[in-house]
Amino acid sequence: MDAKTMVLDKYSARIYKNRKEHIIVMDGNGEIPTIAANARSAPGIITERGCCYAGCKGVVVGPIKDVLTITHGPIGCGFYSWGTRRNQAKASKEGEPVFVQYMFSTDMQEPDIVFGGEKKLRQAIKEAMEIFNPKAIMICSTCPVGLIGDDVQAVATETEKLYGITCIAFSCEGYKGVSQSAGHHIANNGLMKQVIGTKDTPIENPFTVNILGEYNIGGDGFEQIRILNKCGIDVRTSFTGDAAIDDLKAAHMANLNLVMCHRSINYIAEMMEVKYGIPWLKVNFIGLESTCNTLRDIGKFFGDQKLIDRIEAVIAEEMAEVAAEREHYRTRLTGKTAALYVGGSRAHHYQLLLNDFGVKTVLAGYEFAHRDDYEGRDVIPTIKEDADGKNIEHMTVEADPEKYHAYLTPEQLEAVKAEIPLSEYKGMMHGMEEGSLVVDDLNHYETEAFTRILKPDIFFTGVKDKYAIQKDGTMSRQLHSYDYSGPYAGFKGAMKFGHDVVMGLYTPCWGMVSPPWKNRATIEAHIGGGN
Amino acid sequence: MLDLTPKEHSERTALRINSCKTCQPVGALYCALGVHNCMPYSHGSQGCVAYHRTFLTRHFKEPAIASTSSFTEGACVFGGGANLKQGTKNVFDIYDPDIIAIHTTCLSETIGDDLNSFIMDLDIPEDKLVVHSNTPSYVGSHVDGYFNMMCGFIKYLSKNTGVKNGKTAILPSWSNPGDLREFKRLAALMNVPITMFPDQSGVMDSPMTDHYEIYPKGGTTIPEITGLGDCDSVIGLGEMTVTEPCEQLKKKCRVNYEVLPYPIGVENTDKFIMALSKMNGGNIPYAIEEERGQLIDLMLDSHIWFTGKTCAIYGDPDYVLGLTSLVLEMGMIPKYVLTGTPGAAFVNKTKALFDKYDVGEKCVSKESGDLFDLHQWVKQSPVDLLIGSSYGKQIARAEDIPFVRAGFPVLDRYGHPLSPITCYKGAIRLVEQISNALLDRIDRDVPDEQFDVIM
Repeated sequence: MDAKTMVLDKYSARIYKNRKEHIIVMDGNGEIPTIAANARSAPGIITERGCCYAGCKGVVVGPIKDVLTITHGPIGCGFYSWGTRRNQAKASKEGEPVFVQYMFSTDMQEPDIVFGGEKKLRQAIKEAMEIFNPKAIMICSTCPVGLIGDDVQAVATETEKLYGITCIAFSCEGYKGVSQSAGHHIANNGLMKQVIGTKDTPIENPFTVNILGEYNIGGDGFEQIRILNKCGIDVRTSFTGDAAIDDLKAAHMANLNLVMCHRSINYIAEMMEVKYGIPWLKVNFIGLESTCNTLRDIGKFFGDQKLIDRIEAVIAEEMAEVAAEREHYRTRLTGKTAALYVGGSRAHHYQLLLNDFGVKTVLAGYEFAHRDDYEGRDVIPTIKEDADGKNIEHMTVEADPEKYHAYLTPEQLEAVKAEIPLSEYKGMMHGMEEGSLVVDDLNHYETEAFTRILKPDIFFTGVKDKYAIQKDGTMSRQLHSYDYSGPYAGFKGAMKFGHDVVMGLYTPCWGMVSPPWKNRATIEAHIGGGN
Repeated sequence: MLDLTPKEHSERTALRINSCKTCQPVGALYCALGVHNCMPYSHGSQGCVAYHRTFLTRHFKEPAIASTSSFTEGACVFGGGANLKQGTKNVFDIYDPDIIAIHTTCLSETIGDDLNSFIMDLDIPEDKLVVHSNTPSYVGSHVDGYFNMMCGFIKYLSKNTGVKNGKTAILPSWSNPGDLREFKRLAALMNVPITMFPDQSGVMDSPMTDHYEIYPKGGTTIPEITGLGDCDSVIGLGEMTVTEPCEQLKKKCRVNYEVLPYPIGVENTDKFIMALSKMNGGNIPYAIEEERGQLIDLMLDSHIWFTGKTCAIYGDPDYVLGLTSLVLEMGMIPKYVLTGTPGAAFVNKTKALFDKYDVGEKCVSKESGDLFDLHQWVKQSPVDLLIGSSYGKQIARAEDIPFVRAGFPVLDRYGHPLSPITCYKGAIRLVEQISNALLDRIDRDVPDEQFDVIM
């Protein structure tokens, strides 16, 4: 029996029917199979997924550093998203506020559920203004807010008038959609409608980009910006790691959008292209080869020979700097196998980093990616929307008559498109080896079962799985929080990653798991023929 | 760090900043993990349980297992009955627990799902059980969720058969496995047969064996919870948490109870030992007397570093009361004492403690407070030491205050849940930690000529 059949074997007919569509064995013939994704999780199955609020507040909105974000709801949601995603931020300049160390909540109580929470939300905003006087406030709704009918949008509009600040409400109740993904979409719509394009701060350097879907976990974004700046490329803003609201407002002035996390930010990438004429390029700063390819693609887009030469010089210098260390890790890791189960983009990006060290991926999966993240954007027209996704607003935009600008002429754009993945993403499955498994919404049981069958040397996943996998004898590292390490992006990040993985595999403790009396007992029992 | 926090205190009625509590369901989940072969189950949308499992995993560095009804928007409109039915069936099919313990979230509470009738409609496999508790997140805190789930188990399972089982029930408030093991160790030393419920030791501190078990060896067994109704008496540990479950057990099974302060510090531990000694005819073994004597010896040896030193203590009510009691016994002044959990009794109890040590005028106590309040107090008038959960590390860094981690959650250190802070052994550990924190600070700050190697 193959691994897929063995794992599915335990399920009832109903669950079997559902789950078999979410588990794919790659056949390696170059054709990309169809996977079921972005569908509701079966109740009780122990999904690792979170909710829409986590996708909106926790992922996209929360990292914006100088915005005061209020969670409108009972205390839990705000508390659990306080300091738990490692989106680093530092003040843009002295005196600028950084709110990410704080949590703000309306801490709804029973009377707020009964009589409505709008009054408390207004009072909370008043208090926030009095104490902090922020330039922008964002409101993130939680489950009960939608149910009791609090009109957070009206409160936001009122707030803008009353205090003359930017105020945006996100209706990201936890039950919307089927995962964090709905929250990304809601956050994207809000930023597109009310933030991007509202402030015209011209760029000084034609080679100015935005990095979309980069949340600066463990300083990843800082390392990317270091490399880009070294090449002579300016970064207007990241969406949204270490982002300042004024930079997000002026993001439409940049000439190219680099998309790191396709899942969480592709909506904004598409809309900015239509509205402002800014093309987007799928990039990957995770892995040495990937980082080099990404930099070269950016060079090709701008087509400036000086820039291209500078990029090659930076690549040569950075690669030379890490060469010896890379070899050190490669000799210790070549031939090892890995499983990856991460949110919506890292399970792809990190396969390429693992390739740098000779590690083969035997299983990869996403919590909440859609089919296009697995199969490539070509399948988007064939994706059928189900009942759970219908209530997420689909925004359409048109070209802005004043602010539309294109760095390349239509002819130049077509020529560049032939060479680099502009407005295109081929998906995770592309390039995955024959026999490797792709699993969507991997649950607790499947994690344990696949680990025991496939016996990967390393399982990269999140904190909820980590200790169960480790207790079962497999090294596990977190690819959400980086186990409090990082950055893992770029040249220096790849070395940090190599260091951490080698450290985890070779820590002496692995050799001490079995107590000596157990070993001895086994041998004696064998010799004696008993037990 | 926390540069935006102003010194001037302004009254807040709506904006909660840097909370010192979280919501009910995580308490219910933790309680259910203290039952052997039990699957905690969250009836709500799946984000809650993802957060709750993560919170517990980060504190213990252990798996924290739980499943969910995974509400979608449709279920919010039509009710979550179908989700619960399918969810519990899937749990029994795939994860095969002996019991499922359901708690609710603000979602299912707001839409008014009737768990009692839903559960009556479930197809529960033979010899398997389902219990539930209502845990609305908009009432109280995680502490309420913890004792509500205890009440749920007692309500469904505990029985008075008319035949006493000769045991004393110990109902501890939310504790680390290290503390739970300490309660059991002392009861064993006293030769008092006990049932402790819940008991997360052996679950949330399970060993590395090379083989993961979804239901580890630990946890109170179902027959033990049933047998709570036949116990001779009940000792509740934690006045602010376990009074309600004790009362519930008394009402249902007519078992008398005594609720004690959570046993942190000398006097609180003395009360626990005296309560146990009522069960064994007043026989207190020398081993326990020795531990107590070691603690007093340590406190006397080191008192010069504590006398008159001020501290701020925050966290869950029973922890804060216990820690306040201990620092007062050490001659320190608990200048600011704060819990996020609502309840006026907390303030009354702290005031009584302040008065007992005649420091009432120097100390402030607050319920339903948050760490923003605490930080502002500290800015107005500083303290020598901070004691509480990991989130206080921001204040400790911002104001450069020595810091001892105790309570929930401690997310940024390893090993702490394995050892007690309760009873004499735990107090010895706390006194050592507190003196280390204060002495490390002196060593860091004194000029070279005053840098002592001896003391």
